Amino acid sequence: MKMSPREAFALRDYLGADLKGRTISDARQVVSLTDILGETCLADRLGELSGRSVLLAVADQLISGIVMTELDGVARRMLLCPPDLNADYLQALMEGAGIDAVVTDHPARWADAGTELIVTAGAPGRAAGKAQTERATEWLMLTSGTSGVPKIVSHTLEGLTGAIVADSPARSGPAVWATFYDIRRYGGLQIFLRAIVGGGSMVLSEPGEPLADYIARLRAAGVSQISGTPSHWRKLLMSGSVAGFSPRYVRLSGEIADQAVLDGLSRAFPAASIGHAYASTEAGVGFAVNDGLEGFPATMIGDNRGGVEMKVEDGSLRIRSTRTARAYVGPNAAALADAEGFVDTGDMVELRGNRYHFVGRRGGIINIGGLKVHPEEIEAVINRHAEVSMSRAKSRRSPITGAIVVADVILAEGSDSSRSGEIREQILADCRASLPSYKVPAVIRFVRALDITAAGKLARHDA
Amino acid sequence: MKRSMSTRLKIISAMQQIAVEQKVTLPPLDDDLSLHETGFDSLGFAILVARLEDELGVDPFTISEDAAFPLTIGDFIKAYENVPA
Repeated sequence: MKMSPREAFALRDYLGADLKGRTISDARQVVSLTDILGETCLADRLGELSGRSVLLAVADQLISGIVMTELDGVARRMLLCPPDLNADYLQALMEGAGIDAVVTDHPARWADAGTELIVTAGAPGRAAGKAQTERATEWLMLTSGTSGVPKIVSHTLEGLTGAIVADSPARSGPAVWATFYDIRRYGGLQIFLRAIVGGGSMVLSEPGEPLADYIARLRAAGVSQISGTPSHWRKLLMSGSVAGFSPRYVRLSGEIADQAVLDGLSRAFPAASIGHAYASTEAGVGFAVNDGLEGFPATMIGDNRGGVEMKVEDGSLRIRSTRTARAYVGPNAAALADAEGFVDTGDMVELRGNRYHFVGRRGGIINIGGLKVHPEEIEAVINRHAEVSMSRAKSRRSPITGAIVVADVILAEGSDSSRSGEIREQILADCRASLPSYKVPAVIRFVRALDITAAGKLARHDA
Repeated sequence: MKRSMSTRLKIISAMQQIAVEQKVTLPPLDDDLSLHETGFDSLGFAILVARLEDELGVDPFTISEDAAFPLTIGDFIKAYENVPA
């Protein structure tokens, strides 16, 4: 399907009926993608949304995905709302994005909102006519920061799909994609777009579904490619539910992939290609690392590789490429990139030998009597212990040094809790062997669970 | 009396544990030994106070804002013994 670059392309261009057997499914239904161009989730009201700035406030993830394929190329812009979006922020976000139409599966909630146009989304039904691509739709996404009104980030479909051709796995039959992420988030949308653009199928996550049931669905659907955050993957490895599930392509993104989780996935999925990708809502897809090691080769800095240029300035990774977001949207929106077009990711890196390692977020630093510590670098050491499945380092106030580092640790399944004292000693010895003393946790607590945010990241309340 | 004895033992035991971890050789922990002479640095004491808070349920140096940090082992132990249960 080759098009000249000047011709607007849209998701519907990848949904031809020539590819048989494509589906999108969640825990409740399976919808065929093969004939989807003849159907609509909008009861033939797509035309009313032409040129509009649309808020996509559809709770149902599957219907939301189909509506995206309908709106793309028709609406002027569409703002994707993740399901956990705080309703208190909606007003500000709608004003910021100049929203003049809402697509929702709960129209009653919008009856009094004063919005010009409300279009109800529901299960797909036969469409009266075929939709035409009219324009390049602006894709608006929300940043996943945990406090305050999220920022609105503007992407183009071209930018969002820029990594897909360059990075697609070897073709060995039609791919069935899945992700722990919601597809209204950058990491999840990447997988959805890979499924659509690459001619594959898609299995969606289901909020509240037990992990074992989700994995059973992935197995039944023959999922071959799957992505999630390291926290998602640690949870899965802990659950003991991986037996019988054998994807051939496993990706981590959204958090630092440490050696322990990469090794854990290699053991769990010995036949799979396991890699970690660097991507963010603002910086887009940066790069993928497929050598099984944490961090990335220093040679990736400076060069322009596949259209991505990276540099390290003041300790943080900066990315310039055609896949970064175009801009922040809204009144008083800050500049997304510097004068040279580089986006500051806020992810701090450190050169060790010939490899850069991610050490943490700029905003997540703990200050120990004037010395700076990233909780992630401590977690990476703790997670190396064979009997640890997950950990969280955090700051605790101290009357002596202002703050100290403490750690909560989840022991691997089958670990003998009567040996926790011994394991604590081993973890502390590991930390002392590879970290300066102020980074060694003062206290290690063993816990049953650690909070994960709706975006799939380890919750860092104190960060 | 029983409570204060066990508090003293817990503090001494925590100090010995941290001394091993920090590779510090502790002198005999007599009451009039100055904290400076223990060989602990401020990080060592920060770890000690945090662990004692978990074990004894109290941090006497945060509770009372104007409490001067003690100078000797005896004063340090007293700070824990004098906290109302």
